[in-house]
Amino acid sequence: MSTTAVSPDLGARAVPARPRGLTPWQAWGIALVVPYILVFVLFVIYPVLYAFWLAHEPESYERLFDDPIFFRTVVNTLVFLFVAINLKMAVALLLSGFFLHERWWIKILSVIFILPWAVPSIPTILSVRFMLNPEWGVINQTIFRLTFEDGPNWLNDPQLALFLSMLMHIWKSLPFWTLILLSGRLAIAKDLYEAAAVDGASSLQKFRWITWPSMAQLYLTCALLSTIWTLGDFNSVYLLTGGGPADLTHVLATLGIRYLRLAEVDMSMATIVTALPLILPLVYFMMKRLSR
Amino acid sequence: MTAAALPPALPRIKAPGRGVLHAVSTEAKLLLVGIPVLIWTLLPIYHLCLFAFSDRKSAFAGNLWPADVTIRNFEIVLGQKHYFLTHFWLQMWNSVFVAAMTGIITLVVATFAAFAISRLKVKGGRTVLNMALFTYFIPAAFLAIPMYRTMGLYGLLGSQWALILAMVAIASPYAIWVLKQASDKLPLELDEAAIVDGASPMQLFRLVYIPLMGPSLVAVGTYAVLLAWNEYLYAFLLLSNDRSLTLPVALGNFLSADDSPWELLMTTGLIYALPPAAIYYVFRRYMVSGLTAGAVKS
Repeated sequence: MSTTAVSPDLGARAVPARPRGLTPWQAWGIALVVPYILVFVLFVIYPVLYAFWLAHEPESYERLFDDPIFFRTVVNTLVFLFVAINLKMAVALLLSGFFLHERWWIKILSVIFILPWAVPSIPTILSVRFMLNPEWGVINQTIFRLTFEDGPNWLNDPQLALFLSMLMHIWKSLPFWTLILLSGRLAIAKDLYEAAAVDGASSLQKFRWITWPSMAQLYLTCALLSTIWTLGDFNSVYLLTGGGPADLTHVLATLGIRYLRLAEVDMSMATIVTALPLILPLVYFMMKRLSR
Repeated sequence: MTAAALPPALPRIKAPGRGVLHAVSTEAKLLLVGIPVLIWTLLPIYHLCLFAFSDRKSAFAGNLWPADVTIRNFEIVLGQKHYFLTHFWLQMWNSVFVAAMTGIITLVVATFAAFAISRLKVKGGRTVLNMALFTYFIPAAFLAIPMYRTMGLYGLLGSQWALILAMVAIASPYAIWVLKQASDKLPLELDEAAIVDGASPMQLFRLVYIPLMGPSLVAVGTYAVLLAWNEYLYAFLLLSNDRSLTLPVALGNFLSADDSPWELLMTTGLIYALPPAAIYYVFRRYMVSGLTAGAVKS
């Protein structure tokens, strides 16, 4: 690539006398990259290879597939990914348009809006967990005060509980994606919109013919990356529902950790390996996008 | 009558009127989005504060605002006056230590790597960068599982260094990437001038590169510190001893008890959430520009 084409000329200019071999510049370059490579090999590559090696026993998959929780977990994971990501990205796209407006109060709001992302998950998720407490939580007590009827037992209904963890996940990650999509919108040339306004385009038409075509690539990249990251979201489910009631709201991430806590390491590895058919195509697409 | 005079005046009267109406309806629409967004964002945080500033009775009564604002909970937490909180200050220090170490090591490792790739044009630098980004294509919770085992093999399990090194491994790729983007923008002539003056690579690094990279270094350091401070899962897996726990793990342990003192849990949670919020707002300018610089490129 172009970067490697430039490299000899800098080194050559620095040490013109040495025609071949390792210039001091290259030697320093290698020495300075090595710390990171060590970190990467020791704490990323080796664990990944080790995981595959631990997961090679077919027996652990048999046991995994026999576990009634597993099938439910796979369904939960797929539903979680499909609903949470589409909802989150669509809302992020809309909100990025909202934050484009120049108003003093929107500027303040945008600063507040980042909070869920900047603040650690555990206090806020536990706060929501208590809000949803059927007896003592503020939501059901308010429902009772207004209607004199008991509210739903939020986290005791598997479907509702899973949906609430999705909302928790969206609450936490929405600011990040909105910010990314906002920067994408800001990169669109303003005169395109001015020209469209002169032609009398409606805001829907502007979105359809200017915003979306410029944003589609970024939106897709974000959605793919978000799929991988959502797959690895442990906190939103574990801290809100703990996988319950009756282990019915697990996703692959929480199930893997659950086996690990039960000292069933092989089962744990097998759990994450079953996600590979989903992860590998995503990684392939992302790599292709990045290397362009 | 006056009808003859009216027509030319009409559009002129109507135009600003319609403009005002249009402006008002735009504002109304914006508010219709803005108010729900504000409530949605602040509700869990408000509830957290509500609990922290209420006594137990008021908090459990489902009041929407505190019956009596009290700082009693803060006194209990900061004075370690509850058996759940006997190590509060130690755990706070552990969190500070882990976050600070992660920030420092990430900065050193990532700055070296970015300098080598971007300025020294080390061979294969581009490949290293692409490989590094591969880290983010492994779902975090999935990497945690084999990481737990490998840390055991390395003999680091239970030590805070296990958590620090794991966080460095996760923070570095983004750090290197942001620093490389920023340092690619520095003019090549600077290096050439330094070389003509007989500077060695390390002199170039210390005297030219580091001073010019200030804002990006702040962004990257802040990012690494926040990442480590906020991390729950890795801390929960890699630390076990009561005295080496970071705050989030201690908070998670509250949950295992049936009679959890929720008002103290929320108070501790609020104290724990304040530093990252403050750091974020102080360094927001740097962080947002670092974040979005990458996004537009993709």
